[in-house]
Amino acid sequence: MLASLDPSQPRPLRAIAVLAAIAVAVAVAFMTIGANGQWDFVLSFRGSKLAAMALVGYAIAVSTVLFQTITANRILTPAIMGLDSLFILIQTSLVFALGSGRVALIAPQAMFLVHCAAMIGFSWLLYRTLFSGRLQSLHLVMLVGLVLGVLFRSLATLMQRIMSPNEFIVLQDRLFANFNAVNTDVLLISAVAVAAATMLGWRSLRTFDVLALGRDAAISLGVDYKATVTLVLIIVAVLVSVSTALVGPVTFFGLLVASLAYRIAGSSKHIHVLPVAVLLAITALIGGQLVLERVFALNTALSIIIEFAGGIAFIILTLRSAR
Amino acid sequence: MIVTTNLTKTYGSAVVVNDVSLKLPRGGVTSIIGSNGAGKSTLLALASRLLPATSGSVTIDGLDVTTTPGDMLARRLSILRQDNHIAARLTIRDLVAFGRYPHSKGRMTADDEKMVSDAIRYLGLEALSDRFLDEISGGQRQRAFVAMVLAQDTDYVLLDEPLNNLDMKHAVSMMKLIRRIADELSKTFVLVLHDINFASIYSDHIVAMREGTVVRQGTPREIVRSDVLNQIFGIDIAIHEIDGHRIGLYYV
Amino acid sequence: MLPLALGIAVVLILAITSLFVGVSDVSLGSLLASGWNDGPMQVLLVSRVPRTLALILAGTAMAVSGTLMQMLARNRFAEPSTVGTVEAAKLGFLAVLVVAPGASVPVKLVVASGFALASTAIFLRILRQLPIHATLIVPLIGILLGGVINAIATFIAYRFDLMQSLASWSTGDFSMILEGRYELLWIGLALTVLAYVMADRFTVAGMGRDFTVNLGLDYRAVVSLGLIIVSIVTAVIVVTVGMIPFLGLVVPNLVSLTLGDNVRRTVPWVALVGAGLVLACDIAGRIVNYPYEIPIGTMLGVVGSGLFLYLLLRKNARLA
Repeated sequence: MLASLDPSQPRPLRAIAVLAAIAVAVAVAFMTIGANGQWDFVLSFRGSKLAAMALVGYAIAVSTVLFQTITANRILTPAIMGLDSLFILIQTSLVFALGSGRVALIAPQAMFLVHCAAMIGFSWLLYRTLFSGRLQSLHLVMLVGLVLGVLFRSLATLMQRIMSPNEFIVLQDRLFANFNAVNTDVLLISAVAVAAATMLGWRSLRTFDVLALGRDAAISLGVDYKATVTLVLIIVAVLVSVSTALVGPVTFFGLLVASLAYRIAGSSKHIHVLPVAVLLAITALIGGQLVLERVFALNTALSIIIEFAGGIAFIILTLRSAR
Repeated sequence: MIVTTNLTKTYGSAVVVNDVSLKLPRGGVTSIIGSNGAGKSTLLALASRLLPATSGSVTIDGLDVTTTPGDMLARRLSILRQDNHIAARLTIRDLVAFGRYPHSKGRMTADDEKMVSDAIRYLGLEALSDRFLDEISGGQRQRAFVAMVLAQDTDYVLLDEPLNNLDMKHAVSMMKLIRRIADELSKTFVLVLHDINFASIYSDHIVAMREGTVVRQGTPREIVRSDVLNQIFGIDIAIHEIDGHRIGLYYV
Repeated sequence: MLPLALGIAVVLILAITSLFVGVSDVSLGSLLASGWNDGPMQVLLVSRVPRTLALILAGTAMAVSGTLMQMLARNRFAEPSTVGTVEAAKLGFLAVLVVAPGASVPVKLVVASGFALASTAIFLRILRQLPIHATLIVPLIGILLGGVINAIATFIAYRFDLMQSLASWSTGDFSMILEGRYELLWIGLALTVLAYVMADRFTVAGMGRDFTVNLGLDYRAVVSLGLIIVSIVTAVIVVTVGMIPFLGLVVPNLVSLTLGDNVRRTVPWVALVGAGLVLACDIAGRIVNYPYEIPIGTMLGVVGSGLFLYLLLRKNARLA
């Protein structure tokens, strides 16, 4: 690893090495600081939290970068297009349709797989509708995505309100995950899903570089455009499901991570950008939670800060695109 | 009379209108000509208090435009700039009726209604008068805007490129209309024009600008001449006298 | 005139329906069978009548505010909840609660309106830098700005244990309205009337600064007046019933599709449709999950965002 810090190495590799070192350091700090010797409890409790945040960071970073690749722009993200909210809506409507009694009998892992499958179908539909070329302007696509997000969330809230309050309370834990109440039931199946998605994309890593040039260029360079985009959409849908199931929607985090990653990596090759984005995301989540929880004793502030910083970043990017 | 005294407008270090002192007499049609960036539109905006001057002053019949109450000026002087974009969905009749606002303050009398109808008829928009502005062509919209300032019924009418978006037929009828209103109702028109031949045929007075200053002014006979036009535009334009009009041939 | 009379009749029918829908039994029969001081009459006077009035007042004021905002921003998709006004008002109320918890209602209202006014004015100023035909940028940036202000508000609320107040301002809900808890909304009605009186000025302002100055009006004064009206109305609604999302956007736009944007002509219709939509959504919220209620914020979240999408995606939208 020290060898890769050598300045003669190309910049992306150096960046990855440095970020990896920081991520490991932050993770170790997260596990050990303030443990007060109660290792048994602390290690298992913090361990599952750490694993969840690492998975979420990975899922958000990869899904955002890949989504930006197939839409050939660097402002749209799955979260901004309402995919997180879509996942919440799918979750809620399944409970709504089946009733909490029956849902409680199904293992959470199996339920998660059903959610994933529905998510793949619906996000494919959404993509086909929004990016079929009918919506000429990027701003229209963005606005439609934002409003769709509101619609999905409102529909979910409406269904939750219609369920009887008792049913609702039974399901509340499962429906509302956040950084402080990570949904650990589905940790293992999430890890498996992430691994599967990664394997699915691994072989096409170089094809994605061509895809980022846009549809026309990709087709004329001989890429099977439709197949590759479908592949990416499946990966994105699975990853968004993972992150939303574990910690709930985090609208602007992906945007922040991806924009920073393009700058730091200094390369637009996926083989460089993706690791940088993943490491950045993991470091930011674990580091942010560590600082807020242990230093400021602010347990629920992480998502608020992400919304704040991400919102500002998005405003700046949008204004720039309008000039 | 419109009088500008040492009128100057700067943006940072760029001087757009440079120390212009000008007297535009009452009555008739005055055209302002000059290349892009000569300061014509800015001069018009300064004269109509749409832009504040950096220094110097403008008076309309002795009234200083920066200190005279806005509604009082609006009954003496109207202005239409180029590239108007109205996002609100208004019908042509709504738009033209707002031209009466300085007089009616929103309470339209029968006289006001008649003026609105007249203005719509002058511009040949009767059949379209209930259509929304976003449902008609650019040329029709331009005519609707002109109808609005005509309905305002002011002594002075300032039009920045009124022929914008108009086809040949409507451009000619617009100039004829302006000429007729100036003659019959003795109103004063100040136009910014790009086509020197329209300026030559329809105006009484031509003001030529270059790099923010007025380089020449006079009657069409004095201005539409090869040597003068060369000084204004920097190109050679042959002048032909056709049917008593001086026509510049700048296509070749 | 006839369509307007029909519209008024529909709103009246909805209002009467609203008086008789709810958990406690209030009907003509029960009213006649019992005395003035008995249950049904008391429920009617203390709860149902105030609630119905509040619905009409809030719906009217919010929808008309949307119209004003669209004229001031010269943008079809501007309204208090898409330009950050609502969130700024919430932040203002929060600031008062933190700094001077004992402040009187008028003080709270002035501070919150002040926050809303300042934030909206700054936002409009930023927008002036953008090309006017960039129609979609305005709601886009505005919604994001609202999110950023909301993040600040949430942070403060979390630190000072005021999350419950913030939540009550964020989701419109008329179920808590009783006599004595809605009267601020009359301010909204007064401002709506003022907006109607000044309607022509706002239409002219909607044509842009050049047209306004040409017609002899002080553009700044018109815009300031409009912003003050919108800010106060927003603050009043946020504190009495909570945010009613997208109402000020969809109602004026639906009216505009047929009547255009001449404010003098549209305000009566915008007011009627606003009141009608809010009444209908609230009644539906009381019926759908009887005996539980669904707050209007949730109902309109669905209806409003659905209609907003329709406006964005319909065939002849001619956007950007």
